[in-house]
Amino acid sequence: MMTTGIVESRGQALAIHNLSLEFPTFSGAIKALDNVSINVAKAEIVGIVGESGCGKSVTTMAATGLLPKGRYRVTGGSVRIFGHSTLAMDESQLQDVRGKMVSTIFQEPMNALNPTIRIGKQLTDVIMRHEEASLTDARRIARDILADMLIGEPERVMNLYPFELSGGMRQRVLIAMAFSCNPGLIIADEPTTALDVTVQAVILRLIQNRARRTGTSVIFISHNVAVVSQLCDRLYVMYAGRIVEQGATRTVLDAPQHPYTQALLRCLPERVAPKQELEAITGAVPNLMHPPAGCYFQPRCKEAVDLCRSRSPQLEGADGRQVACWRRGVGPEISEQGSRQ
Amino acid sequence: MSAVMPTEPAAASPSMRSTKSITQRLRYLWYLSRRSPLTLVGAAIILLVLIMIIAAPMIAPYNPDKVSLTARLLPPSTAHWFGTDEVGRDLFSRVIYGARASCGAAFMIVLISMSIGVLIGCFSGVVGGRVDTAIMRLMDVVLALPALVLAMALAAALGPSLFNSMLAVAIVRIPAYVRLARGQTLSLREQVFVKASRTFGASPFYILRWHILPNAMSPIIVQATLDLGGVVLIAAALSFIGLGAQPPTAEWGALVSSGRSYMLDQWWYATFPGLAILITAMGCNLVGDGIRDMLDPRLRGR
Repeated sequence: MMTTGIVESRGQALAIHNLSLEFPTFSGAIKALDNVSINVAKAEIVGIVGESGCGKSVTTMAATGLLPKGRYRVTGGSVRIFGHSTLAMDESQLQDVRGKMVSTIFQEPMNALNPTIRIGKQLTDVIMRHEEASLTDARRIARDILADMLIGEPERVMNLYPFELSGGMRQRVLIAMAFSCNPGLIIADEPTTALDVTVQAVILRLIQNRARRTGTSVIFISHNVAVVSQLCDRLYVMYAGRIVEQGATRTVLDAPQHPYTQALLRCLPERVAPKQELEAITGAVPNLMHPPAGCYFQPRCKEAVDLCRSRSPQLEGADGRQVACWRRGVGPEISEQGSRQ
Repeated sequence: MSAVMPTEPAAASPSMRSTKSITQRLRYLWYLSRRSPLTLVGAAIILLVLIMIIAAPMIAPYNPDKVSLTARLLPPSTAHWFGTDEVGRDLFSRVIYGARASCGAAFMIVLISMSIGVLIGCFSGVVGGRVDTAIMRLMDVVLALPALVLAMALAAALGPSLFNSMLAVAIVRIPAYVRLARGQTLSLREQVFVKASRTFGASPFYILRWHILPNAMSPIIVQATLDLGGVVLIAAALSFIGLGAQPPTAEWGALVSSGRSYMLDQWWYATFPGLAILITAMGCNLVGDGIRDMLDPRLRGR
């Protein structure tokens, strides 16, 4: 049903183009994002994977204007959500975008609902904020969407306070809230990390089914490759604020090109035979205040050559499949150039 | 879709009730109070004072302002439980009516300083930056003012009255609430549900009204109940030195003040209003402590 790769023809839900962003600190700027480009087509489910601190969340928070004011600086690039440039918007314009065009599902369902307000009011307030709906209409919409999230007795749940629900139930409520105003794009920021493994699959299916049915685009942010592989049409791999590899989920996972992606996949227990040692990526994530010269992965990369240490590679390749590595997917003349240096 | 619902494992068990009956709530309150009988004593005192305020004309045996020169300075008796004053007014009736002025004033003071303080504090915490710094330094200045001195200054400028002294005490009490509310706001602002609400397009006002205020209230309420006792004392003190309620008004501090000169021979004149002040202040403090313990889960576990 879903096609992957070429996205321009169907219109973009999210188009981040060469976004660079830094956090100024007293001891220097932290270059959190460097030339990040992410495209999400309408009705496409896209995954962003990478380890903690690689800029996954920062990318999406910057796109929706949720980073703390005055604490960051966009040094280049653009963000368009359904054609609207969000970087130029003021706070009240952003409020209209958030919830209506794009909404977010958070990692911590235990803390993402206000403990002093009943579930029903929290849901209907969001609906009435964005839709021309009376309270009775809003309650009906809320009830329907809760039922759609496989919550039995939605009417009763709406009269409960968040502490009366389990983590899985709260996450369903939050997903319902995210979908309640039919946004075109949903950002799911590690939505199952805090949940029991048995609940994870259910929650992921709920998001996927609803998104497929309503034609909603979803960005899945995760450090869990297994989760992403089941759900996403396309995958972005981030490392230290840069996109290192991009492509259809199957191709990226079956034939990873970038050494970082390869190393990442070798770390997964389910991809290694029993009793075999798991591999760890040697070295540590670079300090983004003083990033290494050239490719950021080069200090930990086994295949690094001189060129990798002097110039940073750009994403290259056909549109559906791109890798940022001097040793992959580029013409022989660059490899020769590399050996010459 | 509906066919799957009953088998859904995460659906909460039907035994979980969403609404508790009033008797259940009362029973829970009783259970909490039983652990600290002192809280119950405090609550009983406050209830008593409330009854005095509401039903003063029904309880008081005499008109508190009725002068009877034949019955001057009588000692406590069955006719006059607390005795009479220098113009023959029944002290028991005056103490009961005094609750209106004294406790009414204390309540108003706390209410005013709490509402203003909480508003300023939440605003300060939400806005942040230079505005926040300016407000907090201003509050430091106010905090440095002694209530009595400010009340004297106000009395000197506007003339002594219960209202002016209430104003003075209320102003001095504001910073405590500002600091409390601001601290709560700062920590709540970083909570995930506030951030989540922003991702759903909530406006700053909505966040303030529905996310910050309700969650910041419990320590503020504790502070207010604890304050009530102290404010009863201060209001009485102001009346005692002549800055608050003026003599014909029945007010506990004023009663003690005029009874002062008869202290040696007519002990009852100053003693009974004084006891009323003491007991009321103590009742407020006991309830305040009790509420604090109930709201603090770490103390509840004892």
